[in-house]
Amino acid sequence: MAGNGAYANDPDVHGKFGIFGGRYVPEALIPALDEVAATYEKAKNDAEFLREFDHLLRTYAGRPTTLTDVPRFSEQAGGARIVLKREDLTHTGAHKINNVLGQALLTKRLGKKRVIAETGAGQHGVATATAAALLGLECVIYMGAVDCERQALNVARMKLLGATVVPVKNGSQTLKDAINEAFRDWVTNVDTTHYLFGTVAGPHPFPEIVRDFARIIGVEARRQMLELTGRLPDAVCAAVGGGSNAIGIFHAFIGDQGVQLHGYEAAGHGLESGEHALTLTAGSVGVLHGSRTYVLQDDEGQTIESHSISAGLDYPGVGPEHAWLKDSGRATYHGVTDDQAMAAFSLLARTEGIIPAIESSHALAGALELGRELGPEATILVNLSGRGDKDMGTAMKYFNL
Amino acid sequence: MTTLQTVFAKAKADNRAALVGYLPAGFPTKGGDVAAAAALVEAGCDVIEIGLPYSDPLMDGPTIQDAVHRSLTNGTRIADVMRTVEGVAATGAATLVMTYWNPIDKYGADRFARDLANAGGVGTITPDLTPEESEPWREASAAAGIDTVFLVAPSSTEARIKAVVDCCTGFVYAASLMGVTGARETVNVAAEGLVKRTKAHTDLPVCVGLGVGTGAQAAEVATYADGVIVGSAFIRRILDAPDEAAGRESIGTLARDMARGVRR
Repeated sequence: MAGNGAYANDPDVHGKFGIFGGRYVPEALIPALDEVAATYEKAKNDAEFLREFDHLLRTYAGRPTTLTDVPRFSEQAGGARIVLKREDLTHTGAHKINNVLGQALLTKRLGKKRVIAETGAGQHGVATATAAALLGLECVIYMGAVDCERQALNVARMKLLGATVVPVKNGSQTLKDAINEAFRDWVTNVDTTHYLFGTVAGPHPFPEIVRDFARIIGVEARRQMLELTGRLPDAVCAAVGGGSNAIGIFHAFIGDQGVQLHGYEAAGHGLESGEHALTLTAGSVGVLHGSRTYVLQDDEGQTIESHSISAGLDYPGVGPEHAWLKDSGRATYHGVTDDQAMAAFSLLARTEGIIPAIESSHALAGALELGRELGPEATILVNLSGRGDKDMGTAMKYFNL
Repeated sequence: MTTLQTVFAKAKADNRAALVGYLPAGFPTKGGDVAAAAALVEAGCDVIEIGLPYSDPLMDGPTIQDAVHRSLTNGTRIADVMRTVEGVAATGAATLVMTYWNPIDKYGADRFARDLANAGGVGTITPDLTPEESEPWREASAAAGIDTVFLVAPSSTEARIKAVVDCCTGFVYAASLMGVTGARETVNVAAEGLVKRTKAHTDLPVCVGLGVGTGAQAAEVATYADGVIVGSAFIRRILDAPDEAAGRESIGTLARDMARGVRR
C-alpha cells in the first residue's frame, strides 16, 4: 500500500506465521478464500487499485491523521514523552475505516455486491456500513445481542447507513458468536458475498489483508515521529483484541530493533477472577475461527468466554501474527484491567480534552506504566485507535455521570 | 466391530445406499444418547456419527447448535463422547465421531485416535480440517487403525476434490449444498453433480449430507450416492418430543422411512 512498500514478515504460501495462521474452515469456503487471496495479490500490485485506495484514504477517511503530544497526560508517566497517533480523527472515528475501504474496493474487484461483517464494539460494523454506502454495496452486520445492547448508538448508526444489523443470540452473544454466524452466512452465500473481515484473525488470507490495509497507520506514524522528534520512538503501544490497530502501527517498526513493541490486552476484572480477555497472556495455542493462534480455551479445547469492559477487546482469540510476534519475542503483551483502562480514559479526557475509546485506553494505561519504567528521556508512541463517543454509555455507568 | 468397509460392501451387495445417522454425544441427555442412537440402528441406520459437542460449531445450523449447546450445558466431555461411542458401537453399527479440529488438537491427536479406536470407533469426520492441515491427524488415525473422512463441496475445484479424496479413507462426505447443516425442502441439485465429479477421482464410497430430511429425499439421493447422511431432521424430532421415549419413537419412525428410501 502507500508508504514504505516493504512486505516484511509476510506469511508463507499456506498463510502461516511460523506455526500460527493457516486455514481451518469448511471445504466449501476454500475456493472463496483462494479467490480473495488471488484477487488481493493482483490488487496490491496494481497501480490503479493503490491509487484508488490512497485517494479514498486521503479524501474520505481523512488521512494522514496527525500526531499529538500530550504533555499534561505524560506527567503521570514519570515525565516520559507520550505521543498519540490520532486514528480517532478518521472518518467514523476509528482505525477500522482503513481496512474497510481497502476491502470494499476488493469486493468490487471480486465482482460481488453484498458484504457481511461481524462487529463487537460496533466500530467495524459502522465502518463497513459506511464503506458499503459509499460504494453501493448491500450490507449485513452480525453483532452479538449483548454487544447490541451495550453499543446501541453504533447499532443506530449502522441502520442509518443502510445496513441490516442481525443480533446473534448464540453462545456468549458477543464477538466470537457474531463471527461464527457471519461464517455461516458466508458459506451459504459465497457466490454473491464478500466477508469483510474486521481484524487480523481468521483464515488466510484475512490476517495478511487486514494487516496490509491497516499498516498505513504505522507507515505514517514512523515518518511523523522522525519529523517531530528527529528519531524513532523508544516504544510503540497499542491495545490488542483481535489485533488490527496494533498490527497496523507495529508493522512499520518491526524491523527497527531499537523500538520496543508493547501490546495491551484486556485483563477485565484481573487474571485471577477468570473474567478477562488475556488471550496472549493466559491463553494456549489452538484453533479458533479458522486460524491457529492463542485461544482462551479449557483443557478440552472448548472456547472460554472472555470479558472486558470494552466490547472491542472482548474476544477469546487473537491474530496469528501477534501470536508469532509474542513467541519470537519481538513484541511483548501485557494485561490492563477494566479499572486501569477507565482511569486512563478519564485522565486523558481531563488533561488533554480528548475522550479516547475504551479500547485505546488500555494502551494509554500501559503507556503510563511503561513511561515510569523507561524514564523521562523516553518517547512512547501510542495508537489512539478510536474515539470514545461510542463508549459514553459505559462511561456514564462506570463513573456514575 | 463393524467397519465402514463391511457396511459399504454389504450395502453394495444389496444394491442400496447406506443410511448414516448423526446425533451429538450427550443429547438429549448423557444417558439418553446411546439409547437414541440405538433406536436409529434398530430402525435401519448402518452407520452412526456421534457429534463431539464444541463451543464454536462453524458449519452447523440452528438445530444442531441447539442440541450441542444443551449437551455442553449438561457437562459433556470427551470421556463422555468415548463412552457414547462404545455404547453405540456395541449395537453393531459402524460408529464415527464428527468433530471440529480444535478438541482433537487440544486432547492430542495420537491420544484421541487411540482412545477412539479403543472405544470401538471406526473413524472421524472433521469438517474444518483441510487436506493442507490434515497430515498429523491422518498419521495418528492410520497408526490407530481408524478411518479419516473429509468433505468436498459444490464449490470444490477438481484439484481440491482430488486433494480431499486423497486424504480420505472409509468414505468421502459430499456436502450437498453451500450452507450449514439443517433439513431443507429439497435436496440441492448440485449434490448429484458433485457425487459424479468426486467419483471420477476415487473408488471410495461417496455419501451425501446436508439438507436430507425425508424418506423421499433419501430415496432420491440413494439413486446416485453410496450413502445418505441425516442429522438435523432426527434432532428436530427429539427437540420437539415431549420426552425421551417419545423422541426415540419419533426418530425410529423417520429412520425406518429413510431406510425404506435407500432401498427403493
